[in-house]
Amino acid sequence: MIDYITAHYDDLAKAALEHLQIVLVTLAISLVAAACLTIICSYSSKITKFTLGLFSMVYSIPSLALFALLIPLTGLGKTTAITVLVIYNQYLLLQNFLAGLDEVDQSIVEAAAGMGMTPVEVLVKIKLPLSKGAFIAGIRIAMVATVSIATIAASINAGGLGTILFDGLRTMNSAKIFWGSLLSALLAVFIDWLLGFAERIWK
Amino acid sequence: MARAIEFQNVTKTFRGSSQNAVNHVSFTIEEGEFITILGSSGCGKTTLLKMVNRLYEPDNGKIFLFGEDISAVDVVQLRRRIGYVIQQIGLFPHMTVGSNIAMVPNLLKWEKEKTNARVDQLLTMIGLEPVEYKNRYPAQLSGGQQQRVGLARALAADPKIMLMDEPFGAIDSITRLRLQDELLALHRGMKKTFLFVTHDIEEAFKLGTKVIIMNEGNILQFDTPERIISHPADEFVTSLVNSAKAKEEFWEKFK
Repeated sequence: MIDYITAHYDDLAKAALEHLQIVLVTLAISLVAAACLTIICSYSSKITKFTLGLFSMVYSIPSLALFALLIPLTGLGKTTAITVLVIYNQYLLLQNFLAGLDEVDQSIVEAAAGMGMTPVEVLVKIKLPLSKGAFIAGIRIAMVATVSIATIAASINAGGLGTILFDGLRTMNSAKIFWGSLLSALLAVFIDWLLGFAERIWK
Repeated sequence: MARAIEFQNVTKTFRGSSQNAVNHVSFTIEEGEFITILGSSGCGKTTLLKMVNRLYEPDNGKIFLFGEDISAVDVVQLRRRIGYVIQQIGLFPHMTVGSNIAMVPNLLKWEKEKTNARVDQLLTMIGLEPVEYKNRYPAQLSGGQQQRVGLARALAADPKIMLMDEPFGAIDSITRLRLQDELLALHRGMKKTFLFVTHDIEEAFKLGTKVIIMNEGNILQFDTPERIISHPADEFVTSLVNSAKAKEEFWEKFK
């Protein structure tokens, strides 16, 4: 085990960085998309129901199947991987974001509207700051899920720590399996810890 | 005297309800009056109040503020001209007391110095030392102090009309009496029109220059407290007045 890491630390570091890159790009795109969807959903409960229903349906599709479904459109590689991860994240983020906005005390919202705030002002000045906690909680869940699903994306040549893991499985190399799994688990724990820290600061 | 608020045959029905929440109501309020709306829960008093700042839209009839049909005014602009205080206070917990009070002036894009001066002036008026309280958060205040801040926030942009929806409902009786006295003194010192909803008959008769008594969506009587007590309009009002008198007799026993 130790021999493997001394001989191949550059491969492992490269895979880990690649993994992190996929996760961060996914995070950036997911947040923009989820923010837009949240704003659209805040206008009507019908749209909310439809959107959440749609994404929960897609969320229930196994990741390998979703990768396979997208290959004809976006081909093998990172683009497909990130697309799938972003779609999965929408369910996790949207659900948490909307729940957070919903939990804001109705009397505060009424006071804000009653004193002459526009719906956008109510959202930006009152609802968003008061649901920060739920937002970060949603991001935490989505990020940990992204780290683990991104491992599977190695099966469609997206790179990352999954490459090492799948290599190990194919060649029955237990060192590769061990380090691939351990590093992706550590990455998930690290990101979770980082966001947990952010959650405490911003609360 | 100018007509501050005028309702013309206003009706409001909520979906799924066979009864009108507010039923063909007409009345006129002169500028500078303190009107209390008295009734039990579900009588339509809060609905009536919320139609003035268009949180609810009437199904029928028209409402005028200083002769202007409010359905023709931009709703956001309308609300910024009206002070609004609710029972749960609704202070913004993530903003300081100062920022809460400065909210409407900021929405109206007042200059910073003007807003700051106004915040200090209002805090002084409600008996909270500006230097000490301005940067506190609502959670660091007592219930009575929070409601005072709610009042100051509603007064910030100097609105001509103040709407208050059971503002002292959740406050202990000692603080409540003090806040009532403060509100009366405040009203005497300014030429503002108050519309104050309550289910407490003593509060209604103590504060109101005139009282609107409502039941099941209808206005039963709209008159001065003295006239209502001497000439109750119908049986419901009579029983209401009697219930207050019975309460008084209850306390007499302990003397």
